[in-house]
Amino acid sequence: MADTKVAEMKAKVVTEPSLITGAVPTGNWWEVEAIFKPGNYCYPAKKSIVEYHRKNLSGIFGEPRDWDVESDDWQLPENWQEIIIDGIKERLDKFRSLKVFMDCCVRCGACADKCHFFLGTGDPKNMPVLRAELLRSVYRNNFTLAGKILGEIAGARPMTFKVLKEWFMYYYQCTECRRCSVFCPYGIDAAEITMMGRELLHLVGVNTNWILEPAANSNRTGNHLGLQPHTFKENAEFLLDDIEEATGVRLQSLSFNRKGAEHLFVIPSADVFADPGIFTFMGYLLIFDHIGLDYTISTYASEGGNFGLFTNNQLMKKLNAKIYAEAKRLGVKWILGGECGHMWRVVHQYMDTMNGPADFLEQPKSSITGTVFTNAASTKMVHINEFTADLIYHNKLKIDKSRNDHRVVTYHDSCNPARGMGLLDEPRYLLNSVCNNFYEMPENTIREKTFCCGSGTGLNTNEIMDLRMRAGLPRANAVGYVANRHGVNMLSCICALDRATLLALNQYWNPEVEVCGVSELVGNALIMEGEKEREMDLRFAPLTGVEG
Amino acid sequence: MRVLQAFIAVVALILVALVLAQVPGGQVLLGIVLPYLAIIVFLGGFIYRVVSWAKSPVPFRITTTCGQANSLPFIRQNKLDCPSTKAGAVGRVLLEVLLFRSLFRNTQASVHDGPKLAYGSSKWLWLFALLFHYSLLVIILRHMRLFTDPIVGFVLPLKFIDGFLEIGATTIYLSGFILLAAVSFLFLRRLVKPYLRYISLPADYFPLLLLFAIGLSGILMRHVFRVDVVAIKELSVGLTTFTPAISDEIGVVFFVHIFLVCVLLVYFPFSKLMHAGGVFMSPTRNMANNSRMVRHKNPWNDPKIKPRSYAAYEDEFREVMIGADLPVDQELAVAEPEEAAQASTEQAKT
Repeated sequence: MADTKVAEMKAKVVTEPSLITGAVPTGNWWEVEAIFKPGNYCYPAKKSIVEYHRKNLSGIFGEPRDWDVESDDWQLPENWQEIIIDGIKERLDKFRSLKVFMDCCVRCGACADKCHFFLGTGDPKNMPVLRAELLRSVYRNNFTLAGKILGEIAGARPMTFKVLKEWFMYYYQCTECRRCSVFCPYGIDAAEITMMGRELLHLVGVNTNWILEPAANSNRTGNHLGLQPHTFKENAEFLLDDIEEATGVRLQSLSFNRKGAEHLFVIPSADVFADPGIFTFMGYLLIFDHIGLDYTISTYASEGGNFGLFTNNQLMKKLNAKIYAEAKRLGVKWILGGECGHMWRVVHQYMDTMNGPADFLEQPKSSITGTVFTNAASTKMVHINEFTADLIYHNKLKIDKSRNDHRVVTYHDSCNPARGMGLLDEPRYLLNSVCNNFYEMPENTIREKTFCCGSGTGLNTNEIMDLRMRAGLPRANAVGYVANRHGVNMLSCICALDRATLLALNQYWNPEVEVCGVSELVGNALIMEGEKEREMDLRFAPLTGVEG
Repeated sequence: MRVLQAFIAVVALILVALVLAQVPGGQVLLGIVLPYLAIIVFLGGFIYRVVSWAKSPVPFRITTTCGQANSLPFIRQNKLDCPSTKAGAVGRVLLEVLLFRSLFRNTQASVHDGPKLAYGSSKWLWLFALLFHYSLLVIILRHMRLFTDPIVGFVLPLKFIDGFLEIGATTIYLSGFILLAAVSFLFLRRLVKPYLRYISLPADYFPLLLLFAIGLSGILMRHVFRVDVVAIKELSVGLTTFTPAISDEIGVVFFVHIFLVCVLLVYFPFSKLMHAGGVFMSPTRNMANNSRMVRHKNPWNDPKIKPRSYAAYEDEFREVMIGADLPVDQELAVAEPEEAAQASTEQAKT
């Protein structure tokens, strides 16, 4: 739970003087120092974790050391400025996005109030435009003629420790949700800037443990928590017991690391061990069993969620590469992916480029409906929602909608599927097919304009709880709106981080609203062969009509 | 302070022009030498910048999808906000360039007691930005009557529409006044809105003030301090045919006007005004969202980056995997003291 009580926070976000509450900042933004205090920063990575990553990928992780974020000595390498400037140069040459985004912002301000971090904190440097200027000012100083000649008048400033501190503060107050990019007339994507900012920080060993440790675990064991294969399997099998208890059916189709299966199913590993992701996992299994799908889950590539995306492109590639490698080893036809936001950003926009071509796989074709997924012709990985929507469209699922009648559902477009994929209507199609009570949140908070949960990109750590509750306020507020208006009591989403973070967010802002994955609701509505008379949903909550 | 710096710069530029126009040889400098130089710097600089952007590859297909993607046949795609083809992506960029699609989405957020967040429609920026850019375009095209002889075809009808207001003997070109109004709006919003004032740099005020001064000097020249249009046309046609000559009758205002235009041209490639080129090059907008359909290649993709291999994974966990009935590629060897030791040290490290 956050340190600040809800009532206090409710007052604070409205009355506290900030740019969003109408207070007018004076002076120049570059004169305001970033001050770290407990609660506003993530803990740095443990020495051993950085050592582990350095062993795997040399030259991009800086010096492993114990350092204190609040101190003024971060024990940076002597030539850290040079490392950063060279790092910028290298990235300008490698990413056109960075170069164009550095040059063509006109500071029109359209992005300013689009950021959930800005709306929740009112901190001017959380306006995407200023967050980008933190880097842009250094770029001007070292890479543009005007900046070199005119200096501060041209908005240029040298790379100092003060700047580095700002970067560490504000590139970890951005969840790469891309909402600002939707509103920018040039499509400048703050996610891209933050990614570059974080890559640069890693070069000088400025990092967070909450990202690097799960990434290390993922590399070694195949999942964020570091569960060993047998534990992973046991966890998943416990859920079969729960399914049996709720439905009376013992599913037989779950297998692990099985060669020759038609499909490799990749999930965000949290779905196997974290509430409420486990219910989403139960949903997946019910769907697959219902149609008799031939699939397997790999303990080696059990993590679709990729904390490399929050680190640097090299680690992202390395972690992601397991999926194709395992698909090849197991000899599957094509890959199915579970509900996970940034996993799908990586799968949709990076995987094929980084680790393809997947020429050892077949073009995805549903063995049940015969539908060819032409939109995944090259990457050969299909989203579970696409797959299930197709099943329902072809009447392949027996559904009892009323089983979700005790839920009044709304849908949170998880950022990455929404703005990095365009997966908007498939989940809605599913929800409308399996729920009688589905209500949309206000227009400016859904679809491509959806608000982030406030804790994405590896910010879902407890030491910054207040900050997370603030950043999640715009989302929570929209949920609260439909909760009041329509009695919504279930917030569905298609992201594992969401399932964890929206839970905390709702417990804080909207305690009456629970969180679930879309597949949970689908699974709960399925009429399984040989099932007992259903009295409970997958969470053992009584169904409508059977209470008491 | 930042706005003051920009203001001083523009005033200084005007003074420079006023002085130069009245010293010997100054008119030749302002009217002939500088325009040629400015055009060269503008074109050269613009091309240089675009080429320099183009030299950096686009390693990943990072389209920002702003609508439903191409998916199943029964799900309707938003072909312009989330294009899956090249043609669609071209359409998307054109929509952005011609109609400022993204700005049209703009909202204004506010926080109220509760807390309650509200997002109101806010299209003023879109409207005035559009007015500004289109009036500028009309003005530039209208100026072609000065540079061409005979006047190129499209200018006359444009002139006619733009100048339908006739007061007294002088035709009033609407575009000039719209430009001034729009530039004033864009300038004032930077001063009035606290968050905009906070983010605005001299480089944001300067081009607006410069454009205002250019527009104003143009209008003054037309309606207040009359200049010799025939002499100006002789000069401008001379410039385009590389036989420039300056006659004495051209008024001073003209030289202020042309000097400021030259400054704008020279300033352009080194400033944020390059958004004019950048808008076409932005990967989040100009790429089709087809990254799962067609493989996008990254020229610097590093093939040396490999995943932790399955073999290494199995080596580390073979025992527990067998214990849990997980299939393995290699059965447990009778004794592997070295490997086991290695695995346990790796475990200890993490």
